[in-house]
Amino acid sequence: MTIKATFLGAVATLALGAGGALADPALIYDLGGKFDKSFNEAAHNGAEKWKAETGGSYNEIELQSEAQREQALRRFAEAGNNPIIMTGFAFGSALGEVAPDYPDTKFAIIDMVVDSPNVRSVVFNEHEGSYLVGMMAAMASESGTVGFIGGMDIPLIRKFACGYAQGVKAVNPDATVVQNMTGTTPAAWNDPVKGGELTKAQISQGADVVYAAAGGTGVGVLSAAADEGILSIGVDSNQNYLHPGKVLTSMMKRVDNAVYEAMSQGADLETGFNVMGIANGGIGYALDEYNAELVSAEMQAAVDDAAAKIASGEIAVHDYMSDNACPVQ
Amino acid sequence: MQRIPNWADVVLVPLFSLLIAFLLSGVVIFAIGENPIAAVKMMISGAVGSTYGWGYTLYYATNFLFTGLAFAVASHARLFNIGTEGQATLGGLGVALVCLYIPWPHWALALPAAMIGGALFGAAWAFLPAWLQAKRGSHIVITTIMFNYIGFSLLNYVLVNVLRPVGAMDPATAKFPEGTHLPTLHDILGVFGIPFSKAAPANISFVIALIACFLVWVLIWRTRLGYALRSYGQSESAAVYAGISPTKIIVVAMLISGGLAGLMAVNNVMGEAERLVLNSVEGAGFIGIAVALMGRNHPFGILLASILFGVLYQGGAELALWMNIPRELIVVIQALVILFTGALDNMVRMPIAYVFNLRRRKETA
Repeated sequence: MTIKATFLGAVATLALGAGGALADPALIYDLGGKFDKSFNEAAHNGAEKWKAETGGSYNEIELQSEAQREQALRRFAEAGNNPIIMTGFAFGSALGEVAPDYPDTKFAIIDMVVDSPNVRSVVFNEHEGSYLVGMMAAMASESGTVGFIGGMDIPLIRKFACGYAQGVKAVNPDATVVQNMTGTTPAAWNDPVKGGELTKAQISQGADVVYAAAGGTGVGVLSAAADEGILSIGVDSNQNYLHPGKVLTSMMKRVDNAVYEAMSQGADLETGFNVMGIANGGIGYALDEYNAELVSAEMQAAVDDAAAKIASGEIAVHDYMSDNACPVQ
Repeated sequence: MQRIPNWADVVLVPLFSLLIAFLLSGVVIFAIGENPIAAVKMMISGAVGSTYGWGYTLYYATNFLFTGLAFAVASHARLFNIGTEGQATLGGLGVALVCLYIPWPHWALALPAAMIGGALFGAAWAFLPAWLQAKRGSHIVITTIMFNYIGFSLLNYVLVNVLRPVGAMDPATAKFPEGTHLPTLHDILGVFGIPFSKAAPANISFVIALIACFLVWVLIWRTRLGYALRSYGQSESAAVYAGISPTKIIVVAMLISGGLAGLMAVNNVMGEAERLVLNSVEGAGFIGIAVALMGRNHPFGILLASILFGVLYQGGAELALWMNIPRELIVVIQALVILFTGALDNMVRMPIAYVFNLRRRKETA
């Protein structure tokens, strides 16, 4: 109720046109919506964690339309919200226009780089995490064929696929990686039925572990894999609990940590280029009671060893987006 | 049906419909534990309480004006054009091609060309359903709906495979060059020394929409073509007897309708986004149907209705920003208004007519 009171208070101030600085952080979710079990939900969890720990309040909006991107940014900026955090690469061009108009407001954008002195661009080394789960997939596979199912066919998802393939080949150079993308439009992020079909197609090609990097589509991949009795790998949030004993692991992309950190820094948000990788806890793999039986001690030791080597720079995982090419197939 | 005075038909009926819709919305808002009065206040002050609010309200209204007029023109010939969504989508493609591939020195030159581009693409998308209706009797409702989906898929293909800049992830075209940027209401009113919010997207297309309103009125009620359109709509056999060719009327009405829908892209693609994105129309085509129904297919009524829907859209956005109301419920509120003003018209009209009849009887008695 206190938050509601704050909101109403804020509203009253705005309505009167006084527009005093709120200095509350604001969070804008992409069109996928707040509770997508994956990317946006992780951002929401980070914000809730910040709220629970500090007792602060924040404003948030779930977008309804493309035109609201710029509108929401400007509205929050004009109301004095600081910092303003947004999830998703699609905000790139809107933020590029809005940020210079509000030099005193700090912005944080996740999954995209916007070059402006008051913007913090948070990008994740998804290829590193995908490398780790790729190693696990190769070790768990008996057929020597593993699968990858991506969401929308964009460089970001190819980056997942490329890291994964490198991890697989590091363990078993003769392994085959079957790759499929769900589609070429944002609808591909939320098509669990097609995800399930692709999974079955990959199984018929011999795959016995599939990795889904496909947002809401991944739910279909995981359930089809569980039904057909093969292993799957989740993405972004920890999805091990969805099918206990059937999900090998999840590639964790700690969007929640990024949001939490940005909110904690408040108006003094450190701007610039922020890379979240294995070295700073931004990327990892999930190990909990749901997959403990699937991950052998030997497997865990090998992956942790590789993680340490990636963190120290001893193993360099190729980033697809650096040259739009992948050294392994 | 009982007769009611004209002024009551135009003013009282929509007013009562709105009141009922807002009352029901209030119940919905109350049920999820928010203050309905504060919510309505915020919706209205957010939409018309500042030049910023007006800027967004008029931006949305411009979209609805074009699609509403498009629907109305076809409707006068008894053609139910559900395809304005797809025609506006294709119009966006036309505008984008004009803006991207011709180096325009100034917006005043780019604007007419973009209008022609948008209208041509929109009209072209309406041509095939019209021709199929006229020649083969394929029902226009079915074909235009299907053409919406074909349009979306075509745009998908073009954006992903042809127009997307190399290395970009968003399925969208590159930003339009400087020479095609339209002046916003801030720039236009600034010339006269009137302050207007710089942030809002309302632009010169609103003026074009107003001109289109007038031209549609002239077309429907002051030209031979308009007369032919209306008489075909009233009675096909009478029109044929009078020497009006149904084929010609169907095709021409749909071409004008599609062209008007395509013109919308000047506002949302060229004026606001300044690049072409997927789903740039965002349902404005379907809202246009509600707008035209509410405005009784008359350009002036459509103008008022589109501003009302602009207020609803902008007010809804403000609600989403500052209150704990989930976006699904904001759609519910908008839908309630559409339901009452568009579909449940008679529910309000009958009691009003009854009251008027009672009074009339007393007067004559």
